[in-house]
Amino acid sequence: MKILVCITHVPDTTSKISFVDQDTVFDKTGVQFIIGPYDDYALARAVELKEQLGGSITALNVGLAETEPTIRKALAIGADEAIRINAEPKDAFFVAHQISQVVKGGDYNLILMGRESIDFNGGQVHGMVGELLGIPSVSPVMYLDIAGNVAKLSREIEGGKELLEVALPIVAGCQEPIAEWKIPNMRGIMSARSKPLKVLDPFEDEHKTVVENFLMPAAKSGIKMIDADNLGELVDLLKNEAKVF
Amino acid sequence: MKVLVFTESDEGKIKKSSLEAVSYAAEIAQRTVAMVFGVLESSELNKIGAAGAKKVLHITDSDFEPSNIMAVSTAIAQVFEAEDIELMVMAKSSLADSVSARVSIKMDASLVSNVTELPDMANGFTVNRSIYTGKAFAKTKLTSDKKILTIRKNTVPIGENGSDPETVVFQPNSMGSDAAVKVLSQEKTSGDILLPEADIVVSGGRGLKGPENWGMIEDLAAVLSAATGCSKPVSDMDWRPHHEHVGQTGIKVSPSLYIAVGISGAIQHLAGVNSSKFIVVINKDPEAPFFKAADYGIVGDAFEVLPQLTKAIQAAKE
Repeated sequence: MKILVCITHVPDTTSKISFVDQDTVFDKTGVQFIIGPYDDYALARAVELKEQLGGSITALNVGLAETEPTIRKALAIGADEAIRINAEPKDAFFVAHQISQVVKGGDYNLILMGRESIDFNGGQVHGMVGELLGIPSVSPVMYLDIAGNVAKLSREIEGGKELLEVALPIVAGCQEPIAEWKIPNMRGIMSARSKPLKVLDPFEDEHKTVVENFLMPAAKSGIKMIDADNLGELVDLLKNEAKVF
Repeated sequence: MKVLVFTESDEGKIKKSSLEAVSYAAEIAQRTVAMVFGVLESSELNKIGAAGAKKVLHITDSDFEPSNIMAVSTAIAQVFEAEDIELMVMAKSSLADSVSARVSIKMDASLVSNVTELPDMANGFTVNRSIYTGKAFAKTKLTSDKKILTIRKNTVPIGENGSDPETVVFQPNSMGSDAAVKVLSQEKTSGDILLPEADIVVSGGRGLKGPENWGMIEDLAAVLSAATGCSKPVSDMDWRPHHEHVGQTGIKVSPSLYIAVGISGAIQHLAGVNSSKFIVVINKDPEAPFFKAADYGIVGDAFEVLPQLTKAIQAAKE
């Protein structure tokens, strides 16, 4: 089993989001970057599948040199090798195109990633990679098992889930509870330093969207506290201010 | 500009979020074509007309089962060609993520997700989209000739004044690969309001002490015609199913009203609800961080406040 896990390098969920240069650039000052939480689930499941079935795990990131600590963390968690495409990820199409080129050169059976990144929340890359390679894509995947050449998985649908079966290779966008996040141990951290991390030039520079500038949401006007003995006031506000009934 | 809207239905009803997508498209273009899948009454198709579509393409062939990502994408690409479509609009959903992505490759189209406003077409085609899980927006230009948008709930009101649409059965040509993914079984709650579709959401957290106390949440939800949600610990402990988990790694909602009961308001939970128009927080801990993100707050015991609030709302609605 050859597994490719695509990871994003994103601000920690508790980060303060702000922008500089006339709101055109994300302000990285003081921001802690992590493996995207959904990608972390995908990686954890890949490690379990490798323990079960053998094979290898390649972690892939599209990003500049600043993402290498995040990639090393993926190696510490259990990836055997890593590839970094040395480019700023311009949009989902750009990233999907890079990933599909790596897959074409690498003969992977299973391409895993998070259902979406937590910075741009597009949820597009898994579907694009599937279509670029002409193979099935499934998302959001909550359960994944492999028997021979067949994947059994469950996908969350609105109000429930469905159980699916599909022949490999496939692309899966993962979410909880596919696996528990894995915390790297000391041995993993030590061995990650010597595992191969290959840096490749981007394949082509094509993208289809351009961010012109960023905006912040309007601040909340402040909370109105209501006494628990005066629920009529809340009902009144819901009716006349929020106008929900 | 000719605009196509991909619509989804649930239990024989067109989803409200899809009708919103139709009305969004009708604001942009004179000529809006909608696609629907599966068995639907003509009254449902007329709702699509009322929301603003002039024409409805009805796909009834069961090979194009609405949750089959590959088949649906194939059908949409054929409609793009047949109707000479320049822009496709769809409501953001887990299916829309996958389908929009696949179609964008087939049609060489620009794709933007989580769109929150009508486009600015003064200089090219630019939209505003939600990023960083609701903590910011990005003004984004679509540079390809063909374009696809997935829109977030509560972006435009649903129109009701359009006339009955011209309805045509559309027969796509299937591709062999469309049947690659086999559906073995489906588990789905029926009769409930779907969380991502709901205009009002009532959510419970650990403060409710156990799944046996969820009746209070359900009672309040029932009088408000709301969906029920929960925090991550509640779904992790299996008090409630994962598809009710609201937050960073669960469902993100943008209802008109979000009521949080016994949820402290961890930043990961707030990320899933910060696009709500109004937020009510009920918590016995006055220091709960959720109060900082709320519009209305009550410090009190959920076990006392909830039944009274349910009664008071019921009385006000009568």
